[in-house]
Amino acid sequence: MNALKPLFTGRAFVIAVPLVFLLLFFLFPFFIVGKISVSEMDNVVFKDVLTYTDGVLSLALRFNNYIFITEDALYFKTYLASVKYAAATTVLCLLIGYPFAYFMARAKPTQQPALLMLVMLPFWTSFLLRVYAWRGLLTEGGWVADTLIALGLDQLLYSLGLISTPGKLMHTPFSLVLGMTYSYLPFMILPLFGNLAKMDLRLLEAAADLGATPWTAFWKITVPLSKAGIIAGSMLVFIPCVGEFVIPELLGGPETLMIGRVLWDEFFSNNDWPMASSVAVVMVLLIIVPLAIFNKYQAEAQERAR
Amino acid sequence: MMRGTSVSFNKWFGRSWLGLGYLFLYVPIVALVIYSFNDSPIPNQWRGFTLKWYAALAKDQEMLAGLWLSLKIAFMTACGSVVLGTFAAFALVKYKRFFGRTVFSGMVNAPLVMPEVVVGLSLLLMLVSVQRALGFPERGLFTIWLGHLLLGMAYAAVIIQSRLQDMNPQLEEAAMDLGAKPHQVFWLVTLPLIAQSLLSAWLLTFTISLDDVVLSAFLSGPGSTTMPLVIFSRARLGLNPSVNAVATLIIVVVAIGVVLASYGIARTERKRQREMADATRH
Amino acid sequence: MAQTSGAAAQPAFLQIQDVVKDFGGFKAVNNVSLDIAKGEIFALLGSSGCGKSTLLRMLAGFDTPTSGRIILNGQDLATMPPFQRPMNMMFQSYALFPHLTVWQNIAFGLQRESLPKAQVAEQVEAMLKLVQLGKFAQRKPHQLSGGQQQRVALARSLAKQPQMLLLDEPLGALDKKLREETQIELVNIIEQVGVTCVMVTHDQEEAMTMASRIAIMSEGRFLQVGAPGDIYETPATRFVADFIGNVNLMEGTLDSDQADHCLIGCADCRHYVGHGITGTEGMAVTVALRPEKITLGKDKPAGERGDFNQVQGTVKEMSYFGSFTVFHLQLASGARLKVSMANTQRHRDEDITWGDSVWAHWSESAHVVLTQ
Repeated sequence: MNALKPLFTGRAFVIAVPLVFLLLFFLFPFFIVGKISVSEMDNVVFKDVLTYTDGVLSLALRFNNYIFITEDALYFKTYLASVKYAAATTVLCLLIGYPFAYFMARAKPTQQPALLMLVMLPFWTSFLLRVYAWRGLLTEGGWVADTLIALGLDQLLYSLGLISTPGKLMHTPFSLVLGMTYSYLPFMILPLFGNLAKMDLRLLEAAADLGATPWTAFWKITVPLSKAGIIAGSMLVFIPCVGEFVIPELLGGPETLMIGRVLWDEFFSNNDWPMASSVAVVMVLLIIVPLAIFNKYQAEAQERAR
Repeated sequence: MMRGTSVSFNKWFGRSWLGLGYLFLYVPIVALVIYSFNDSPIPNQWRGFTLKWYAALAKDQEMLAGLWLSLKIAFMTACGSVVLGTFAAFALVKYKRFFGRTVFSGMVNAPLVMPEVVVGLSLLLMLVSVQRALGFPERGLFTIWLGHLLLGMAYAAVIIQSRLQDMNPQLEEAAMDLGAKPHQVFWLVTLPLIAQSLLSAWLLTFTISLDDVVLSAFLSGPGSTTMPLVIFSRARLGLNPSVNAVATLIIVVVAIGVVLASYGIARTERKRQREMADATRH
Repeated sequence: MAQTSGAAAQPAFLQIQDVVKDFGGFKAVNNVSLDIAKGEIFALLGSSGCGKSTLLRMLAGFDTPTSGRIILNGQDLATMPPFQRPMNMMFQSYALFPHLTVWQNIAFGLQRESLPKAQVAEQVEAMLKLVQLGKFAQRKPHQLSGGQQQRVALARSLAKQPQMLLLDEPLGALDKKLREETQIELVNIIEQVGVTCVMVTHDQEEAMTMASRIAIMSEGRFLQVGAPGDIYETPATRFVADFIGNVNLMEGTLDSDQADHCLIGCADCRHYVGHGITGTEGMAVTVALRPEKITLGKDKPAGERGDFNQVQGTVKEMSYFGSFTVFHLQLASGARLKVSMANTQRHRDEDITWGDSVWAHWSESAHVVLTQ
């Protein structure tokens, strides 16, 4: 294998550089978080978890935080709410985004670059600013607020329990989910579009030739073939939404407490680092299954592309 | 005939859906721009056209300092992300099997989806522990940059990976066959062919870094407030027309950039298609 | 067929010795050995998956043999990476660098050798002249047609005057008409330059028209190596006989084996073969008869050997190919016999059609007797 020797050392280097970076700054920090979540904190100084005094090796793991999390109804409700809102956002993004991506992919090839560009533009524009813009749109007197009230839709939202008082659309579950759906919509559209645009249209012609109606062809052929895109888009929306902080902070209200906000408060307001760490660990455990799905999808996408 | 009506229904339905969708996407952006010219302390009441918010922006030290810092960090992030992302993309595309590949692949992709509060917290706690032990680094530009690098590397890796996979592997073999050593293959053949994706990755990671709130919040120190953090703290308090002014400026710059880039790409592509068609006609 | 440059009397230019390539249990190349003479055009012929491409890649240096040696001009290539080997390859996809012009593509290899600019320019011009692409020097690959791209790929692989040229399915990407013209052109250029050439292909026509010697490859092994004519007319095994061209294979028994002839009895007919084979009487043999060696007629032929070398059958199918027609006869035992007759006249005197009962006959030198 001497012929490959120069390539081999090059190869080791190419793998090592990003690997070391990730191990140091991504993986290792997780272990630190885990450790701190079971440490005792005394005025911003951590007591060592493992101590050796007078010939005695002692391991002190404080599970208080975890017990607290599981026992305290507030934490449980917050986690549940986070998953709930993330799921709702994902579903809405899918319902709005799939037809969007579909019609983009079926548009004339000359029009597609322009359509794609029009989706990319918001994507490249500041996320923070666009969320901020919704505040203006949904507060009293804002365009969207006025339109919805004029159409009487706020009554509908009220009856659905999405807003607590008719006429007040801001800082409600409605504004939160609207904001999240809006922000994450491009993350759903882009992978779906990528997938649908590459689909071989002759498959649909074959289906039509064999007697399928366009509706049947859609459900039996297009949708199953776009499964990879659906999964990718859904994971790209769901997972970050669970831990989302900025949008609940700007558009959410007291009844839309999400776990990202809890973590933030524990850290910045309470200065309780072990608690914040525990909250983070539980959050990661919550999303570990979707994370694994996402990772598997990415690996499969690479396999297929080879 | 059934098929005929469903085809036209499809078209009408499709156009409406796309139209409404784009409306949904652009209403906030348009609102931001319009209200940045609004002469009124109450943001939702239109009182008249004014440029006073832009004038105020020019004197807004906090915002300008934040902008300068953000630009610096974004530039560093973009450069670092492209380098790291290229390494990661190469490792994943060229080397089919190596020890720890699944873990590596997972770690490269995870920052794409991992909630930023988790990434920010963990990185911060680690840096604090390191600081306790070694005396550095102080929280500030460097630590923010590290956090943004993590995120940027993931995005860059995705973009570059996709281009690498599309590339014909025989091109690199041909270069080697003609006498190019591996590093020459990279600089002379591979790099020119992935150049466009490197540029895309650079621009994307620049934008992401410029816009980041959560990671910056966790990793910043005294005196290192980035522009998004300034905007965020003001936005939390209420509606603020100077924010609209900044927003409009950013939107205009981005819009010009995206439109020019798309147009440029579309034109080169059309030219290329024409040349290919001409060639086969000979 | 390319002009044979005479079998090697000196030590072979390229020696492949007991080369094996094992992919974790699957032997893509299973112990092959071969000598190739300088100046030869040698073809590795086989269907996909037979190992020919793997062998070619090992010659180029992109894969290393699990065991065995490859020696070029006395030099063992084992440890040499591809960029040091004195051979160049023309890839199936041409692999022209899209970001470089035709001129720059051809110059690429020369520039790796740190030659003076003037010398590089001179050689590039010479190559452009050789493939007649002088006018297109400043174009980029996507501005060229398929045939033009192929010529650039050829020029690029010859620019460094390599000791050996490797061709990977050289005509695969071209359509039929272009293929015929390019075959001759390609061979002419290679012979003009005088470079030894190893090509890999699945197309029999390509191999037979271009190469001076062919190796039939299957499942990682060589089944037969020889000149195209030898392989076609004297296949060594049933597999080779069936692989190359069309053939009728008839199972039979060796009835009599003499010095100058032998007699073989098959289910439908008896063969008088004009040479002896060293075998034992009563052993099972296969007679291979090529369709074009058989003649059809409506009447029973008066053969010099009586009832030998003739059989009666019914025309079940006819395939018209323009310049020749292939008849499928059904014989008494139910076996099929393929007969190919050139349409030498615009209207045949004896018109044979479906359902006709006809007599097929052949000469005593038309057979090949196979024992494997």
